[in-house]
Amino acid sequence: MLSIKDLHATVDNKEILRGINLEVKPGETHAIMGPNGSGKSTLSAVLAGNPAYTVTAGSVTLNGKDLLAMKPEDRANEGVFLSFQYPVEIPGVSMANFMKAAVNGKRKYQGLDPLSASDFLKLMNEKKKLVEIDSKLTNRAVNEGFSGGEKKKNEIFQMAMLQPCLRILDETDSGLDIDALRIVANGVNKLKTPENATIVITHYQRLLDYIVPDFIHILYHGRIVMTADKSLALDLEKRGYDWIKEQFPD
Amino acid sequence: MADSTEILKELAQEGYEHGFSSDIETETIAPGLDEQVVRLISQKKGEPQWMLDFRLRAYKQLQNMRQPRWAHLHFPTVDLQKIIYYAAPKKREQLNSLDEVDPEIKKTFDRLGIPVKEQEKLAGVAVDAVLDSTSVSTTYRERLAKDGIIFCSISEAVKTHPDLVKKYLGSVVSFADNYFAALNSAVFSDGSFVYIPKGVRCPMDLSTYFRINAQNTGQFERTLIIADDDAYVSYLEGCTAPMRDENQLHAAIVEIVTENRAEVKYSTVQNWYPGDKNGKGGIYNFVTKRALCRGVNSKVSWTQVETGSAITWKYPSCVLKGDGSVGEFYSVAMTNNYQQADTGTKMIHIGKNTRSTIISKGISAGHSENSYRGLVKVAQSADEARNYSQCDSLLMGDKCGAHTFPYADVANPTAQIEHEATTSKISEDQLFYCNQRGIPTEEAVGLIVNGYARDVLKRLPMEFAVEAQKLLSISLEGCVG
Repeated sequence: MLSIKDLHATVDNKEILRGINLEVKPGETHAIMGPNGSGKSTLSAVLAGNPAYTVTAGSVTLNGKDLLAMKPEDRANEGVFLSFQYPVEIPGVSMANFMKAAVNGKRKYQGLDPLSASDFLKLMNEKKKLVEIDSKLTNRAVNEGFSGGEKKKNEIFQMAMLQPCLRILDETDSGLDIDALRIVANGVNKLKTPENATIVITHYQRLLDYIVPDFIHILYHGRIVMTADKSLALDLEKRGYDWIKEQFPD
Repeated sequence: MADSTEILKELAQEGYEHGFSSDIETETIAPGLDEQVVRLISQKKGEPQWMLDFRLRAYKQLQNMRQPRWAHLHFPTVDLQKIIYYAAPKKREQLNSLDEVDPEIKKTFDRLGIPVKEQEKLAGVAVDAVLDSTSVSTTYRERLAKDGIIFCSISEAVKTHPDLVKKYLGSVVSFADNYFAALNSAVFSDGSFVYIPKGVRCPMDLSTYFRINAQNTGQFERTLIIADDDAYVSYLEGCTAPMRDENQLHAAIVEIVTENRAEVKYSTVQNWYPGDKNGKGGIYNFVTKRALCRGVNSKVSWTQVETGSAITWKYPSCVLKGDGSVGEFYSVAMTNNYQQADTGTKMIHIGKNTRSTIISKGISAGHSENSYRGLVKVAQSADEARNYSQCDSLLMGDKCGAHTFPYADVANPTAQIEHEATTSKISEDQLFYCNQRGIPTEEAVGLIVNGYARDVLKRLPMEFAVEAQKLLSISLEGCVG
């Protein structure tokens, strides 16, 4: 599904990604771990097309299409979903309106008619239940005044609405208490299908107790330096990242 | 960002959808202004002597006045001698029914989506349609008359309800008020007249739709709304004009009077032609709008969405004379390209326990200049007066300007006045967040701006709110950079 080859990227002329290679197949869950500043969030931003980052070399294809040639909104409509580490507030725009623009935008991209208001509301209610979010949340403005937990649940709700094929969770566990973490992880798991794939970016083992990865990659200095199964996370929890830093000096 | 900015530039200037002009046989007089012209207008309208006297007094006053220069606006002095002061669809016999309206005129309003025939009209809105200098049709008059409501053109009211017009015309905005008020009082062509009798809640929204069609013509309409004791009315005003290379002058006066416990809601979606992207052409919108809350516990609420005009100079105001009276001003003013707006309000507290609220949302893009100018005045007599003002500015790009000129003049120590102001930009983060959900940049900008203006838009009646939202999105295309 997703094929990343020798990806290099910079922000403010500083090279952050220095040759990433990664293959993700449908149904798989990949965790990307690594110390602070190793380039994890940059990778998610580059995949989603954040204009603040510049790709300097390499290629990324999604289902055979050149992802890097697409505008961010087209990547989204092709099925890339980024659950933001810091979801953005949009004052005055209700969640319902925002989601309607997103869902109907995607339908337009696919050559479908927009959903009627009643079908849209039905879809929204169904998905709200699925991810266990408060029904009042959708009447509020996008992320405005949401608690940390509400923001993350709201990301998962949007994921449920848009049914992406590639789900990228950027530090979704940050700022979550244990109950919220469970709800968010349950949502991600419920929405998992044999056709979609997940990339989980995290610092901690904790999230991986709930969202169990098939592979764990360690990102360090802009490269994937180690790939293993889920037991690696437990190792890291015990030993930290110092041994990796020693093994791969700058 | 580069990509989307480029696309946006292409999308910019989608055009002004009301820019067509209609081929209607029009009777005009020669350009220029002198006493003879004032007399001629009055004569053409078949006015009584007292109305002509009113005009002549105003014309005399105008001779001693100068065009105001205190606003943050740049424009050459308007040459009054180049303007045509009277243009009307060719005189026809007195209409017996709406079916007799000139088909070309009907077509014009149809294209604008303004129904002048009752059976075609939006549920529950009565419409007065004003083309150039003349009111061409007013709908639902019989239904309204059952409740004693008068809704007609002002020239008609001068003849049919002279006592009301004499009593109230100029009672809120004197002809000596300012240069453009004097000009309007001398040459006003037509406009709407509304009277809601004691204890009547007007059963439908009333609406006037102004259209400038003829070339080189000024539009000088005059609106007078009177709500007697315990009456209520919601009034809507819309306006458009063809795209023309020269600037056209629109100098209107709106006067509102509310008696005891009466309430008037006045909503405007102003979409005069703003000129092209280089600032050529467009309407000069120099308007005086003022309400007098004369009665106790009466209330006037102004809501305006300003997207058009080359220049907007407009301060819908409330004189809160009755004890416990309430004034509200909700405004979204959006400027793009080379548009200039200097708009705001005056809240004059005279009665005790009077309250006012001001919510102003400015949006500036392109090379435009957008100013909020407001005055909150509390007279010595206004014990326990309250005002809350909030003035927000949203800037798009780095070539536009947003300015806030709030004045407070308080002569009573028990008054409480609050003023809040913010200036913001649409952040790249917000745009990327929308993009990541599949929403293209231009749509995202529309969404974000409508969200920003929501506190004002939600005050508008439903159909108007939808139109206003669309307008904001269209007017903004191409201004993200």
